[in-house]
Amino acid sequence: MKFEKKDILGIKDLTVDEINLILETAESFLEISTRKIKKVPTLRGKTIINLFYEASTRTRTSFEIAAKRLSADTINISSSTSSVVKGETLIDTARNLEAMNPDIIVIRHSAAGAPHLLASLIKQSIINAGDGAHEHPTQALLDMMTIKERKGKISGLKVAIIGDIEHSRVARSNIYGLSKMGARVVLAGPATMLPRNIEEMGVDVYTNLKDALIDADVVMMLRIQLERQKQSIFPSLREYSQHYCLNRNNIKLAKKDVIVMHPGPINRGVEISPDIADDPSYSVILDQVNKGVAIRMALLYLLTGGGE
Amino acid sequence: MKILLTGARIIDPIQNIDADMDILLENGKIAKIGADILKSAKSKDSGKIKIIELAGMIIVPGLIDMHTHLREPGLEYKETIASGAAAAVAGGFTSIACMPNTNPINDNRSITEFIKRKAAEAALANVYPIGAISKGSTGSQLTEFWDMKEAGIIALSDDGKPVMDAALMRRAMEYAYSLGLPVISHCEDTNLSGGGLMNEGYYSTILGLRGIPGIAEEAMVARDILIAEFTNTCVHIAHVSTAGSVRLIREAKKRGLKVTAETAPHYFTLTEEALQSYNTSFKVNPPLRSEQDVAVIKEGLSDGTLDVIACDHAPHGRTDKEVEFEYAANGISGLETSLSLSLNLIQNKTLNWPELIAKMSANPARILNLPKGTLEVGADADITVIDPQLKWTVDVQTFRSRGKNSPFNGRQMQGKAVLTIVGGEIKYALPSLKL
Amino acid sequence: MVETKNVKVVMDKDGIDRCLTRIAYEILEKNKGMENLVLVGIRTGGVYLSERLQKKISGIEGGKIPLGILDVNLYRDDISASNKKQPLGETKINFSLDDKIVVLIDDVLFTGRTIRAAMDALIDFGRPKMIQLAVLIDRGHRELPIRADFVGKNLPSSLWEAVRVDLVEKNSVDEVVIEEGT
Repeated sequence: MKFEKKDILGIKDLTVDEINLILETAESFLEISTRKIKKVPTLRGKTIINLFYEASTRTRTSFEIAAKRLSADTINISSSTSSVVKGETLIDTARNLEAMNPDIIVIRHSAAGAPHLLASLIKQSIINAGDGAHEHPTQALLDMMTIKERKGKISGLKVAIIGDIEHSRVARSNIYGLSKMGARVVLAGPATMLPRNIEEMGVDVYTNLKDALIDADVVMMLRIQLERQKQSIFPSLREYSQHYCLNRNNIKLAKKDVIVMHPGPINRGVEISPDIADDPSYSVILDQVNKGVAIRMALLYLLTGGGE
Repeated sequence: MKILLTGARIIDPIQNIDADMDILLENGKIAKIGADILKSAKSKDSGKIKIIELAGMIIVPGLIDMHTHLREPGLEYKETIASGAAAAVAGGFTSIACMPNTNPINDNRSITEFIKRKAAEAALANVYPIGAISKGSTGSQLTEFWDMKEAGIIALSDDGKPVMDAALMRRAMEYAYSLGLPVISHCEDTNLSGGGLMNEGYYSTILGLRGIPGIAEEAMVARDILIAEFTNTCVHIAHVSTAGSVRLIREAKKRGLKVTAETAPHYFTLTEEALQSYNTSFKVNPPLRSEQDVAVIKEGLSDGTLDVIACDHAPHGRTDKEVEFEYAANGISGLETSLSLSLNLIQNKTLNWPELIAKMSANPARILNLPKGTLEVGADADITVIDPQLKWTVDVQTFRSRGKNSPFNGRQMQGKAVLTIVGGEIKYALPSLKL
Repeated sequence: MVETKNVKVVMDKDGIDRCLTRIAYEILEKNKGMENLVLVGIRTGGVYLSERLQKKISGIEGGKIPLGILDVNLYRDDISASNKKQPLGETKINFSLDDKIVVLIDDVLFTGRTIRAAMDALIDFGRPKMIQLAVLIDRGHRELPIRADFVGKNLPSSLWEAVRVDLVEKNSVDEVVIEEGT
């Protein structure tokens, strides 16, 4: 099949065939990162702009490495959202960048829908590297790739996503992706972290961690953002970790061969106990990082018209 | 100057008229209304009367919009008093009441006088300023209601910024009531709505946009009803958007309280589903709600719970809307689409003609104590002529309003104001209309 | 009206097998045995041929020589112009190429651009002592200064014809056909 999309804005817009194509292409790219010379000339002369309005070391680095291993030229533009509000608008910035004729713009933004605004205005391909609490499609793709590699399949698995679902773009993208690929997704978190009508996305929702963990094949822990404490969505880290931290005891409720994922960065001892996070028989967290580069290479390749 | 309108159907809910009749305007007032005025007029003073043939048209009392934002003073790039008044007459409105959230806020006599003077210079629609409840609309200290009343305000509101302090709202309603001024309440508990961008529900969840729950509106509607009941005063609830608010207002009316309410065309026309593309032209406050809310709003219009259809005309510049959804301004430029959208309520049998016209003329006149909203002999000759068949397509570039922010751009419409007469003078006529 | 393409079979199952046997002997003869020899098949047509050659060489000399698979898509010179987006095949070379004699294997040698891409790719994996090229069909029309060391059959063709190698591993039949293009 051919990949016809101009942009990657969210997993919601991708078909099962498109997801499979991206995952298969990414599998072929894994090998390049194991070579002595970790570079192929595929995107020589292409320009990729990483437009990051929100601090992010790992996602930006991952995109940058992906682009560089494909020989593309990368330019990083980092800007805090506050200065954007005061100064140049996103549209002005976009038009300026468009005039410089890049091939792909990767955007991260704290406002949901910002990549959609960009995509509607300019002709270049846009990749959403995370927009507000909306979607983070490349993270979900690398998660699916990791699960597929470890479990041999996605369909039929029970995946538990635990934590602050309300503010998590990772959760939303994974709910779309995993459900499309035939997994059963369950969520757990304090009621204050479960957005309204989330069950209409086709997931089972629990307020008790243990209920979600039972017989899970995959457990995905979300990062608790400490600043949310101010919004009174949980009383204290102490109380949260007492009831929602994945540890040696409660993980026994899951299947024996359960894998534990985390989009990073980890708050050890808050959402996940250190011995689980660092136990290679459970944790595939570093695997996720490795797959991230391959997924991003695959998307850059597919969006610039690679293949025969 | 005399004008005779003939050949049309005349609807005046106040006089219980719905018939083919002629109407004669003289010296800015309505001089005669009845059948066969044409014959006698022709024989007596032919030549001195401008006769306008309006076969197939509907003549109604001049429409009144009790909820308009004119951005002058302060934000003239969005709208001026003159451009807003021009938009009003083009949309069929002969009178508009403008909210005080300008810059500076209309919280004192001098701003009120400024607005009145600018409106008089524009000489298009009647413009009635609404004064702020609190100084700077900050919700802490009452403004000089009495002084502003003498300067020309006809109501009080902190629209856009709800009065969060219940005690202040109580004082405002008591004091305003003693002066015969209605208080218009923008109902939104900002603790519940804080930072919200759209209706809270499935769509806000999948779009990752902070939700504004219906109860943010309903909690304050309930509070204001309780204050009105306790103090035996009146309150007018602005832009009702939820089913729960309709229920609360319906119960209050049943108990005989002096509560009135309005909704706006977008709340019975659009739902939150429209936000899926992050299109900022659909961003309003209160936000577009669910299908079920829309259905109950229509019920509320139909059973009389909602007295008024108001535009909540909120013009903005391009730069206010062409930004990330989160940063985009709330509001729809509504004066030039409101009537046509409201006419759909007749088509879908929510309202009949006299009911609709009452909600857009007689009822707002009654609530604001304006001597308007009827075609009785001796009344001001404020008249709107509607062509109910005219098909047209909304094109924001043709708006008289400076605010081109309309989610209805490109929409096919049926029915439009074709002639707007204010104080006996033609202020707007569709170019294709033969005069 | 149904349009039927003019298809001509130019080599059958036995013909292909005889060619591969001969090439196997030629490779061993030219390189004086299988020391330092590795095979790399180019996706997709060259992969099955290289597997067959590996077997034949094993049958002649005993032992097994290393076999790698190469997808050259990432090295193509027309990648930007092409707007076709298909999945990339896996590249699998699990051994060092340093100081090895690499025999690249493809089904049809045409313009030479695929081989150019393949050689660039190989050099990213190490520094082979020598690269040789084996193809089943050489149909001419070279656009680069490239020639094969081992050729199954020279098949002069016109540019509007297509040469197709079907192999049982994917097409359920072994044959080489010429199709008249449109």
